[in-house]
Amino acid sequence: MTLPPTTATDIRAGRTVVHRAGTPTARGGMRRRQRVADAVAHTFLTLMALLWVIPVVWVLMESFNKNTLPYTTTFFPTRYTFDNYVQLVTDRSVMNFGAMFLRTLVIAIFVCLINLFFVLSVGFVMSRLRFTMRRSLMNTALILGMFPGIMAVVAIYFILKALGLTGSTTATVVALIVVYSAGSGAGFYVMKGFMDTIPISMDEAAMLDGCTRWTVFRRIILPITKPMMVYQAIVGFLTPWLDFVLAKAIARTQDNYTVSLGLWQMLQKEYIAQWYARFAAGAVLVSIPIAVLFIVMQRFYQSSMTGSVKG
Amino acid sequence: MTQMVVMEPGGRHAAPGPDQGASGPADPARYRLRTALARGDALTRASALVMGLGNVARRQYAKGAMFLLGEVAFVVLLVVNGIPSLAGLGNLGPVTKGGQQWDANGQFVNVNPTNSVQVLLYGVAWVFLIVAFVLVWSAAVKSAYRAQVVVARGKRVPSAVDDARELLDGRLHATLLTLPTLGIVVFTILPLVFMISMAFTSFDANHTPAFNWVGLHNFGVVFSRTGSTAIGVSLGLFLRVLAWTLVWAILATFLNFFLGMGMAMVILRRGTRLKNMWRAFFSMSMAVPQFVSLLVINQMLQDQGIVNQMLKSWGLIDSSLPFFTNAWWARATVVVVNLWIGIPFTIMQITGILQNVPGELYEAAKIDGANWWQMYAKITLPYIFFVLTPYLIVTFTNNINNFNVIYLLSNGAPTPVGDSAGQTDLLITWLYKLTVDRGNYNVGAVIGILTFVVLGVVALITYRNSGSYKNEEAFR
Repeated sequence: MTLPPTTATDIRAGRTVVHRAGTPTARGGMRRRQRVADAVAHTFLTLMALLWVIPVVWVLMESFNKNTLPYTTTFFPTRYTFDNYVQLVTDRSVMNFGAMFLRTLVIAIFVCLINLFFVLSVGFVMSRLRFTMRRSLMNTALILGMFPGIMAVVAIYFILKALGLTGSTTATVVALIVVYSAGSGAGFYVMKGFMDTIPISMDEAAMLDGCTRWTVFRRIILPITKPMMVYQAIVGFLTPWLDFVLAKAIARTQDNYTVSLGLWQMLQKEYIAQWYARFAAGAVLVSIPIAVLFIVMQRFYQSSMTGSVKG
Repeated sequence: MTQMVVMEPGGRHAAPGPDQGASGPADPARYRLRTALARGDALTRASALVMGLGNVARRQYAKGAMFLLGEVAFVVLLVVNGIPSLAGLGNLGPVTKGGQQWDANGQFVNVNPTNSVQVLLYGVAWVFLIVAFVLVWSAAVKSAYRAQVVVARGKRVPSAVDDARELLDGRLHATLLTLPTLGIVVFTILPLVFMISMAFTSFDANHTPAFNWVGLHNFGVVFSRTGSTAIGVSLGLFLRVLAWTLVWAILATFLNFFLGMGMAMVILRRGTRLKNMWRAFFSMSMAVPQFVSLLVINQMLQDQGIVNQMLKSWGLIDSSLPFFTNAWWARATVVVVNLWIGIPFTIMQITGILQNVPGELYEAAKIDGANWWQMYAKITLPYIFFVLTPYLIVTFTNNINNFNVIYLLSNGAPTPVGDSAGQTDLLITWLYKLTVDRGNYNVGAVIGILTFVVLGVVALITYRNSGSYKNEEAFR
């Protein structure tokens, strides 16, 4: 009797695999049971997939809804139009979505650069250099990481106020850049973990050849770290797009809003009747680039997790 | 002086050993402040008073000038701004009530109340500045001592160029860490200290901008049975929010984990076809920004929202389901929606881990006649727990602080009349409401401190008891 090779997969499938049960009738019963289990599993997955996909599809459909009022009686729109997107970008009388988008983009670019610089610096120092206080600094970062920025958000706001970084739009943009990037050095753990996989012998060889530690950083560590840099850059870039809380506490007037605050505002009582469909359009516009970056990020994250130096 | 250094018995913090090259400065860690003050000559000791003196005397002009300038700048700032600021910490500003008052000359004038927030912030900031200055001062004394030792040993004193070069080599850590550390100190640690200090003041909606120290009064308010009706805080409310926060964190973490694992296993089982397609379906929701999906779901679940409308039009219900108006419905809703958000991440995580379980373990178990449940309970589950414990702990603390899901979904609703926290509020959203929405900063800060305590206790207990902490090599 030939049996399929046992793989770990059958165990994970959570099914009794009785390989030595011999008679044909027993195998027939098994096959029937397996068919039932397959049917149950596929039905279950279909239901679940619907549950997960429908809200996403709904936003997409709603963004093309000709009937812009909230709380319609049909699940999907009955008539479609492209107007919501046009109005979202062109109608600047109440809410300037385009300006919010640009503002968030500017913040994101700066946060991305500063965040990358900080994380690379701290990751390299903690991974490659040995000095007093190294351990205690790393533990402090670990503990500080447990407390979300929102916990002291009021205090941060008062500090920004004392620094003159509240009120005007420019000041708020600077304030948000500072707030998103200032603490980013504490998030060095993944980067350090990656740099730890680069053999120390490469540093030693370079330093024997007369390289300074800075040259080692620039010429050896940074080129190898490239996939991780892409990952880190995207993490930094996405921060302002995904954050809602800090932005809400710091950008207090609508002229200073970022995209997430704008979208939130569209669903408030005063605006929802006008802006409901445009909210969906805005959500789609924001989600597409984020989704693309997210997928790229996952890919780079996985490729960098397989190790730094191959062979 | 030479003998003094060389002959030191044991040489615990003695001068650099003979192996150190003449031009390459020695490991600065070996120059301790205490050694410098105890063994330094007159010039070095004078550097403790006039910073940079020792450096200038040993021809490190640039370095010495920098230390001296720094000291002068600090002292001037301290006298002009620092001492008044620190003095302000005493009573947080003299004028507690603004308005029209008679001044000393018998004139009727408008007096503005003191902005106590500013006074408190400047005071706390100056405490930080003084700590920073002490660090620089200690560096100056050590630097003077080092120059003394180098001269005494007849070596060349490192020039400014040498020092600058050293910043890119031997002291690269200092160069690279300066800005990130500054950022963390100013925008993470300073705010924390500043907020903690607010917990001991009367800074609420009625005492602004001028307020004062009140000691432990606010802790008393939060921990008293009657509490404060004006602020809407009492011991009962605190315990209720705390209990819900913990229940929420446990439910959110473990339901996500087990249901996600179940779904990952259903996708991975041998009979399931189109595995990648299923995974792609579940990943779709991950790519949508969390706040967007939360806002959308919030809209869908409103009384007039699409879900209630559909159920009504199908004749399944007569009146809207109380998703956010009944306490238990609201709690169930946030937990379930959080599953919607979280399960895709769990599936992704666990799929990777399940594929890494060493196959030999199952082979051996099968030979011993184990059934699938035994293999699941004795191999799969322990393996997953071993790998994922740190992740689970992080998830748990993140769930205690899961601001977005609660704030954007239910906003704490339903809120009983007179309470400052709703039935689904977590400590963190309560803190946010108390401070940002209502301006009761002092009580909010007390809640913040208590949240620290809860987080710290949870992290400590779980780290201590986790398998991957006790035995790092169990599965190697």
